[in-house]
Amino acid sequence: MSFVFYILAALTVAGGLAAMLLKNTVHCALALTVAFAGQALLFLNLDAQFAGFAQILVYIGAVAILVVFAILLTRGSETPRDGVFSGTWLVGLVIAAGVFAVLGWAVIQSIPVLPHETAVPAVTVLQIGNALVSRYVLPLEIVAVLLTAAMIGAVIVAMHEKEGQK
Amino acid sequence: MTPLASYLLVAALLFSIGLAGALTRRNAILVLIGIELMLNAANLNLIAFWRYGPHPELLTGMMFAIFSIAVAAAEAAVGLGLVIQIHRHAHTTDLNQMNRMKG
Repeated sequence: MSFVFYILAALTVAGGLAAMLLKNTVHCALALTVAFAGQALLFLNLDAQFAGFAQILVYIGAVAILVVFAILLTRGSETPRDGVFSGTWLVGLVIAAGVFAVLGWAVIQSIPVLPHETAVPAVTVLQIGNALVSRYVLPLEIVAVLLTAAMIGAVIVAMHEKEGQK
Repeated sequence: MTPLASYLLVAALLFSIGLAGALTRRNAILVLIGIELMLNAANLNLIAFWRYGPHPELLTGMMFAIFSIAVAAAEAAVGLGLVIQIHRHAHTTDLNQMNRMKG
C-alpha cells in the first residue's frame, strides 16, 4: 500500500468531512470540490485515467459550479441563527455510524478472500470508446436520452413563472 | 491489508460521512451534497473492484462508474433546480420549514 494512497484518502475524507461540518454553505461547496478532486486523484491512482478525468470534468467542472450557483441564488450562504444541524442530528449520526460499522465489518471479514495486487490493466481510452459504441451502445443511448430529459426538466422546473402567465 | 480492502474502507467512510450529512443538515442544498458524496463513494467501489477484479479488460466496472457519473450529474441538475424553485416559492431552503406539500 503506497504512501500516495494515504495522502489521497486523507485529502478526500477531510474534504468530505469539511463539506458536511462547516457552517458557511459556500465553504461547504469549496470543501466538496476538494473531496471531488481527491477522489479523481484516487481514480488516477487506480489506473482509471478516463474515469479520473471524467470525474474532474463532470464533478469539479459542472456539479460544483451548479452547487455554488444554487447556493448564491437561494441566499443559502447566510448561516441560520439556530444552528445548521437539525434537531435530530444525534439519530442521524448514530445511523451513519451504524452503517459504517456494518460496511467496515463486512470489508474486514472479507479480507482473506479479496484479490491481491494484480498487474496494471492495459486499458486505453480507445478501448473504452470502442466498448461504448459497440457492446454498451444501448446504455449510452439511454443515458443520452436521460441527460436530455434531465436538462429540459431542470430548465422547466427552475423557470420563473410570472403571475397570470401560466 | 490488501489494497482493495483499503479502498473499500475509504469508500465506506465517505459513504457514512455523506449519509450523516444528508440526515443531519438542515439546508436542502447540503443534503444534496451529502447524496453526491454517497454516489461518489459507490463510484470509488466500482473502480476499485474493476482494478483488482479478475477481468479488467472487459471494462465492466469502468462502464458502470461512467454511467453512474452521468446519472449523478442529471440528478444534481434536477435536484438543484427543484431547490431553487422551492426557495422561490417558500423563501427558505431550511428543511424544517418545508413541511407542506400544498403551496
